[in-house]
Amino acid sequence: MNTNDTKTAGTKTVGGKTTTAQDMLGAAAARARRRAERAPKALRLVTYLLVLPFETLGGVGERFRDWWGGLPGYGRWTAYVLLILGAIALPSPRIASFMSPYTDWPTLLFFPIGGYILLALGLNVVVGMAGLLDLGYVAFFAIGAYTMAVLATKYGWGFWEILPVGIVITALSGLILGAPTLRLRGDYLAIVTLGFGEIIRQTARNTDYIGGPNGIGGIPHPPTLTEWEIPDAEPFTSFGLAGVSPFQYGALDGRPYYYLMLLAIVLTIIFVKRLENSRVGRAWAAIREDEDAAELMGVPTFRYKLASFAIGAAIGGLAGVIYAGQAVSIVPALFTFIVSATILAAVVLGGSGNIPGVMLGAFLVAWIPERVRGLQDYRILMFGGVLVLLMAFRPEGLLPSRRRKAELAEGTGGMGSLGAEVGGPGTQAAAEVNK
Amino acid sequence: MLLEIKDIHVHYGKIAALKGISVDVDQGEIVTLIGANGAGKSTTLKTISGLRPLSSGRIIFDGKDISRMPGHRRVLAGIGQAPEGRGIFPGMTVTENLLMGAYARKGELTKDLDEVFELFPRLAERKNQAGGTMSGGEQQMLAIGRALMTQPKVLLLDEPSMGLAPMLVTQIFSIIEEINRRGTTVLLVEQNAQQALQVADRAYVLETGTIVKSAAARELLDDPQVRAAYLGGGTQAGR
Repeated sequence: MNTNDTKTAGTKTVGGKTTTAQDMLGAAAARARRRAERAPKALRLVTYLLVLPFETLGGVGERFRDWWGGLPGYGRWTAYVLLILGAIALPSPRIASFMSPYTDWPTLLFFPIGGYILLALGLNVVVGMAGLLDLGYVAFFAIGAYTMAVLATKYGWGFWEILPVGIVITALSGLILGAPTLRLRGDYLAIVTLGFGEIIRQTARNTDYIGGPNGIGGIPHPPTLTEWEIPDAEPFTSFGLAGVSPFQYGALDGRPYYYLMLLAIVLTIIFVKRLENSRVGRAWAAIREDEDAAELMGVPTFRYKLASFAIGAAIGGLAGVIYAGQAVSIVPALFTFIVSATILAAVVLGGSGNIPGVMLGAFLVAWIPERVRGLQDYRILMFGGVLVLLMAFRPEGLLPSRRRKAELAEGTGGMGSLGAEVGGPGTQAAAEVNK
Repeated sequence: MLLEIKDIHVHYGKIAALKGISVDVDQGEIVTLIGANGAGKSTTLKTISGLRPLSSGRIIFDGKDISRMPGHRRVLAGIGQAPEGRGIFPGMTVTENLLMGAYARKGELTKDLDEVFELFPRLAERKNQAGGTMSGGEQQMLAIGRALMTQPKVLLLDEPSMGLAPMLVTQIFSIIEEINRRGTTVLLVEQNAQQALQVADRAYVLETGTIVKSAAARELLDDPQVRAAYLGGGTQAGR
């Protein structure tokens, strides 16, 4: 559903004004050429070819943002509805053979793809919005999953009762982790959160009550809401969705779980987006950009950092509860550091702080290793290679927010961040002369 | 007294940065702290605004002891600061930066914004530019303007001349005088002692965490010791 974002942007712009699209490609090529010229001679062509797609993507992204910004309200709502409809049609068997030749596509869409997207949205609140580096985010996913497992198997609670309780418990755990640690900054905070992630996993491993290293099995699926089936009529038949019971959570069909995850993702996006545009979001932006200055503006920085931790944790917990609702059994080994690292990679790769960006990042991070599963052990090598290339040639992420780009450009006087051409020494000099 | 600092001690770990500093700032004054690198000037300001905790001593502001008040509440009490290194928000536009200054209070802001834009016409020209893409002088103006948006009773300025061209330094200092004329008390930390002593009413000289001298600014300008140490030898000529 993310890739649709940029694609529609491209085609719509091209349809409207072909010349500007050509300009845009030209500008991207020019930027790529400039970057290539800085490389050693022998590597110039390679650099150019590597940079070009990223610069083009960046150009399309900028253009899309302008187009989106100029869109009237009903236009945006139409786009939202179309995106959601697209997401509903996504598990269609028509694209399954391409998207996932090695595993069941709807199950893959549920987890890791959907799960990672939800986790990335949650981690983005902490990393992208408040600017706090959290390397132990998997802990909250684990706490959510274990809450579901324990309350369902030991106390007989149903999924829908556990869901809100799990969210509250993980939010509280975020507060408990945050209260002592958020007085630290930067690297120190990262190290402490890393420790917290490991503490949670080791505690789970060594607590017999929750199964130790064997974890918890026999977790019930969510109860069936209705056995209603999607009717065998157009357009459902063409999409191959006829006969699916989207609210009947069984052992085989991944699609109902995917729809559940989709609902959680949509609600989370609405929630996070509203936060971003609120007073809280402004406070987070100030903390991210300069914490001391934020305090001097009267922002209670500690309280807002704590809030971002709790909200990020709650979203991670939500993902954990839903995941455990499908997985039947969970073990501590599922919640290793690599999950935290992968989700963080998704956020940074996609464009920290920008919601469509982190979703795209999470999609790629979840999807690429599964798509290239045929390469067996080489797939992780390939995945690593893709990450290195992306970060080397597009450090601000695939779809960065405009503000984030300005933050990264700080100190360089880089006017490039405002869409103007690169501001080298010349721009600076001009600015001084004007004084 | 608007602001009284009584014998404050501040530590970074075990190292004492301030060893018993006492400073008084009266309503309507410009008071300056001068001294070399590492003398504790910035630490003093950060302690007043609440960014650094103090180990002992007291800070009395407007008759109230604010020594233990968190920094974000001191803003509402009336302490505004333009921090060291300007500390502007790079991703926010000029207007957004200024509005952050009014984050803690409610009410009509257009009048305050207009006043800042009147003091700094350059900022008015660049309302929608991202803070991070502006020149050093513009960023300093923005930092001062943003501090003014908090409606301070006392404005703390940390090295406003740092890294600026001489012409711009003169401009910034004349704006500081103008701000003071409009009724805001100013506590100014400077390495550029010459300029600072010319605008200030009174001055304190700091050396390694203690105050070694305090007098009217005019007197210090002629003080042989101060001139030798901070004003470039025995010559009368400044910059």
